[in-house]
Amino acid sequence: MSLPHLADRAGRYRAMRLIRSFEELALEWVRSGLIVGGTHPYIGQEAVAVGVCAALTADDQLTSTHRGHGHVLAKGADPGRLLAELAGRVDGLNRGRGGSMHAADFSLGILGANGIVGAGAPIAVGAAWAAQRQGRPRVVASFFGDGALNQGVLLEALNLASIWRAPVLFVCENNGYATTLPAGAAVGGSACGRAEAFGIPAETVDGMDVEAVRAAAQRLAERARAGGGPGFLECLTYRFEAHHTMERRFRLSYRTPQEVAAWRERDPLVSAAAALPPAEVASIDADVSQLLSLAAEFALASAEPDPATADDHLYASGLRPRSGAAL
Amino acid sequence: MTLLSYAKAMNRALADALAADPAVCVFGEDVGAGLAGLTLGLQQRFGAERVVDTPLSEQAFTSAGIGAALAGMRPVIELQIPSLLFLVFEQLANQAHKFSLMTGGQARVPLTVVVPGSGSRSGWAGQHSDHPYALFAHVGIKTLVPATPTDAYGLLSSAIADDDPVVLFAPAGALGVREDVTVPLAPVPLGVARTHRPGTDVTVLSVGHLVYQALAVAEELADEVSVEVLDPRTLYPLDRAALLASLGRTGRLVVLDDSNRFAGFAAEALAIAGEEGRLLAPPRRVTRPDGAVLPFALGLDRALQPDAAQLRDAIRAVMK
Repeated sequence: MSLPHLADRAGRYRAMRLIRSFEELALEWVRSGLIVGGTHPYIGQEAVAVGVCAALTADDQLTSTHRGHGHVLAKGADPGRLLAELAGRVDGLNRGRGGSMHAADFSLGILGANGIVGAGAPIAVGAAWAAQRQGRPRVVASFFGDGALNQGVLLEALNLASIWRAPVLFVCENNGYATTLPAGAAVGGSACGRAEAFGIPAETVDGMDVEAVRAAAQRLAERARAGGGPGFLECLTYRFEAHHTMERRFRLSYRTPQEVAAWRERDPLVSAAAALPPAEVASIDADVSQLLSLAAEFALASAEPDPATADDHLYASGLRPRSGAAL
Repeated sequence: MTLLSYAKAMNRALADALAADPAVCVFGEDVGAGLAGLTLGLQQRFGAERVVDTPLSEQAFTSAGIGAALAGMRPVIELQIPSLLFLVFEQLANQAHKFSLMTGGQARVPLTVVVPGSGSRSGWAGQHSDHPYALFAHVGIKTLVPATPTDAYGLLSSAIADDDPVVLFAPAGALGVREDVTVPLAPVPLGVARTHRPGTDVTVLSVGHLVYQALAVAEELADEVSVEVLDPRTLYPLDRAALLASLGRTGRLVVLDDSNRFAGFAAEALAIAGEEGRLLAPPRRVTRPDGAVLPFALGLDRALQPDAAQLRDAIRAVMK
């Protein structure tokens, strides 16, 4: 059974609104200093995370990226705990040990955002291989961007998934830029061509249309779940904001204002909202606003971790490392 | 008398782990054929689904091991060549080792990486002869270098059962060793050193295959000096208590270590002795040189590795 909170259009719009508003709040918190270090905003790409997660079950898993808040929220993570994590609080998803780039909730199958581009894909292959071994009808979705298409390990992962017929849904969020490098200047051939070269069926879909993403993800996920092997979905999308929050200070000019404005015209939230009665949209927006107020309260009320616990959790076996202090 | 070879001991440890726990599985190149010895006969016994021949994609299959570990498996990765560890350093240092902390303790990565034939194998030159155990110890990955067949069995067993990533180096120089096994094979706990020869004048802390060199020199000098041969077995976490206890008996230290000299394992052992021990003489170390790249010609290959003459000189130097 697919995730209940994404089962209908209203639920999917709600999830997209939650991600958008969460990211706007996170931007405010970066500006005000409540979040130290910055984030990679997902604003503009919401239809990808929500459309793909709408094709997943609660037992399915995912690996995420440095731009991971959308995936984590779409799979169902608590926004208060994610916000607490970004603010480095003890009640964060990762107890304040991971922050934006490592947010994870293993209880929901979220195997973590990852700070190394492309690193999640082979991890997803291994998790999917294990699911096969364990006889579970599980699919593992692996999100990555167009930049990851040029990581060798991603190509190795495509091959492993293919020869193992691992139930992986590879999701390439092609937002047009690897930080500042245009995909057209970086990717020889095409994203789907790379997957097809490994014998993996691939589709390109409008990543600004949550229903189109969901339909394609559903096809590929069910095929994988039935033992048909991995699938590859390229979602054409765009990030409306900077690559990361630091970029705002630099006044970079790798994208024209016209290009950004043209993509903003295709805002995935606007089209998703248009399919719903206006009163329902207003009600969802109000709900999400309320939910985020509570999330912010929760995060702010959570304590900062005790510095004496900085080494906690380094080893699952409980090994304590030696202190760095003078004896 | 039952003679057990080092290679057979490792093979038996892996077979016993596969038999005892369905979560244990193996990824590696040519593991079905058992080319490196470690997996000989195991694919026939446990199936190609559990002893998995992988393509030459070390980074992806090491990461797949991490993913499988996150999903409840206990994968063992075999790397045929020690220098392949450099290729998968990202996967081990930056992913496997960091998952537990970065997820606030949600994740564990019970992954074991085994290099059957680490260090020089004589004549395999620059890209097949490294012994980078200090690099993994530095990162904080549990790092094992068993010297004997029973320790190889025991440490590999414990590594597979451990909830953290572990890298086990089986030195090429020890793979041919046979041991008369008189007691049942059993797990050896991580982080516990072993005294191979008690002594009162000098502690020789020796790693892996060099334990045999230390024992030979200790015997040769027996009329002159009483040498205690201590084998850390686990380099990280190091049994500091055993080292300090030995130094408490001898007051003198020589470290015999096949890693590069600068920031190598011996450097750490000397630092511990200096910070926490009471030494009667300045300590010495016998190591590979700084930044060693082993040349091909056998004489050159040998010239960069610790030898018995260097050890004798070092022992005599601390006795002055």
